Amino acid sequence: MSADIAVVVEHLEGVLAEVSFEMLAKGRELAAAGGGMLWAVLIGHGVTRLAGELGAADGVAVVEQEALAHYTPEAYEKAAAAALQALAPRVALVASSSMGLDQAAGLSGTLGWPLCAYCKDVALTDGALTAVSQIYGGKLLATAEVPGEHAICAMLPGAAAAAAGRKSGTPPVREIPPPALDGLRVRFKRLIQPEGGDVDITREGILVSVGRGIGSQDNIAVVKELAEALGGAVSSSRPIVDQGWLPKTRQVGKSGLSVKPKLYLAVGISGAPEHIEGMRGAELIVAINTDPGAPIFDVAHYGVVSDLFDVIPALTEKVKSRA
Amino acid sequence: MDIVVTVKMVPDLVEELEVNAEGTDLDRSVVKLRINEFDEHALEQALLLKNQHGARVTVVALDSGEVDETLFTCLAKGADRAVKVMGDFQGGVSTHTAAAVLAQVLGGIPHELILAGVQAADDRDGQLAVLLGSALRLPHVSVVTGVEPSGDKAVTVRQEYSGGVVGELEVDLPAVLGIQAAPQTPRYAPVSKVRQMMKTAKLETIEAPAVEVGAGSIVTSLARPEAAGRAEIIEGAPEEVAARLYAILADRGLLKR
Ligand SMILES: Cc1cc2nc3c(=O)[nH]c(=O)nc-3n(C[C@H](O)[C@H](O)[C@H](O)COP(=O)(O)OP(=O)(O)OC[C@H]3O[C@@H](n4cnc5c(N)ncnc54)[C@H](O)[C@@H]3O)c2cc1C
Ligand SMILES: Nc1ncnc2c1ncn2[C@@H]1O[C@H](COP(=O)(O)O)[C@@H](O)[C@H]1O
Repeated sequence: MSADIAVVVEHLEGVLAEVSFEMLAKGRELAAAGGGMLWAVLIGHGVTRLAGELGAADGVAVVEQEALAHYTPEAYEKAAAAALQALAPRVALVASSSMGLDQAAGLSGTLGWPLCAYCKDVALTDGALTAVSQIYGGKLLATAEVPGEHAICAMLPGAAAAAAGRKSGTPPVREIPPPALDGLRVRFKRLIQPEGGDVDITREGILVSVGRGIGSQDNIAVVKELAEALGGAVSSSRPIVDQGWLPKTRQVGKSGLSVKPKLYLAVGISGAPEHIEGMRGAELIVAINTDPGAPIFDVAHYGVVSDLFDVIPALTEKVKSRA
Repeated sequence: MDIVVTVKMVPDLVEELEVNAEGTDLDRSVVKLRINEFDEHALEQALLLKNQHGARVTVVALDSGEVDETLFTCLAKGADRAVKVMGDFQGGVSTHTAAAVLAQVLGGIPHELILAGVQAADDRDGQLAVLLGSALRLPHVSVVTGVEPSGDKAVTVRQEYSGGVVGELEVDLPAVLGIQAAPQTPRYAPVSKVRQMMKTAKLETIEAPAVEVGAGSIVTSLARPEAAGRAEIIEGAPEEVAARLYAILADRGLLKR
């Protein structure tokens, strides 16, 4: 049984995703625990130059092909499957990102390897694999034993520190012959960049961020008033944007923007992992939520367990009077 | 076009979640279930396609308990058929198993487009849309926020990446998609219409086929995250809380003069 670890690195538009380095850091730990090699798996077209940023790995397995110039679930899954079949690692780490949701489950289906999704942590002890998955919107952690000789773990962004996985220097490159990629049934058409909005929430020092607890579009005025009094801007969780109450440019999280303001006031936001991914770097996090079990309180510095419609107006009043 | 929407009941996350005595699963006797919100978006996407281009929409659920009213609600919203797959699913079922069961069930249900929710909060072993695609050898795309026909035999879909970047992909039919959000807020079915459906419409039932699925992982502990970095909770009447928050902000120089 191989003790090697493979990390399927993620990149978009020629830039490696932060989570790739986090996975290399975790992969390094796993490789050390099992005494195996750490492989980075790099898929694309004209991407071999990215190997120069993957110095944390012992080797880079590259699958290069013109049909891989742009990400599509089908072509990338075939390429990743070819690489993992060739490397036969003990554990393959895949990002729990948009692309990773396709890839991790797709590889599990194709290769027949068990999959642990939404991993906060993964460990190898005497060859036995355990994985900790964050489920129920971040309310509970499930620790599981994973049987078999191979496994796929989908790592949540932020689960490991990227710094340890960020090392320059090009490890030896192993070229993996690309699989047949003709007759593909998923074809890339174009990438659409997000539209610029009236405010750039990534540049604001103070964000009053509103979630589904606000109840209705009209109520957004309540948080807007506070944001104005504080000289900040209003941002939100995803459902607020999906409902059309605020533009997409205000969305914080996995499929929105990552923000690092001086103050992030989370109002009526539960703190799902996909939201936390975008705001955990804020300097000061204050959460207001009626549910004492809301996961947002696990990342906030200060919390208030009460109705936002009681607290927010009182705070607005206080800030306005500068008393 | 024949569209199938899969439906799953998931614990309502607004409620307190109780873990069983063994500490390995939810205490399913007290858990309050609701339809996965991403399935509501999947159904909305299906109904939009039906309204704009014509389609027959079938909703399919495994009988994991409390699913009837949800299925009637789907019919009230405009789905044409509702199918309940009968089997031993009450204690929860892994996504790999659900995919294997649904793959066989779909052998008897016309499907050019299969829409599932992008993810469910209680799942630990991956995306059903993807695994179903694998099992049926169909193309799949996850995290989809828009579907439009592209000729008769394909659809154009939008897939969301981080930072709000969106990929536009053309996908040959039949295909399986994991829906993150429909282009509009899921429609609402009035209670009266759901009641009427319960009286007049019928849920079709199918016995679950026997499936063989490779060994999955085994949960040894299910627990709240450790309280290490938990927030300092500020208590008191709204004015007291406001005064304390104000002081914290002032202390950090966050209040502009
Ligand atoms: C691939 C993918 C990408 C995603 N990307 C993102 C993303 O970028 N950003 C994002 O935010 N989400 C994202 N999500 C969605 C995420 O999983 C959650 O569904 C979402 O973050 C929940 O938003 P919320 O906290 O506003 O709503 P909920 O989870 O419904 O929480 C509402 C909260 O409000 C509280 N509340 C209710 N009433 C009151 C009141 N009167 N006063 C105070 N509190 C109250 C409730 O207790 C509850 O905790 C993504 C999901 C997927 C699958
Ligand atoms: N047991 C199940 N029964 C029916 N649909 C399911 C089941 N498991 C997953 N699905 C579908 O897949 C979606 C995402 O769940 P999952 O992929 O398990 O995270 C659900 O919202 C359903 O649409």
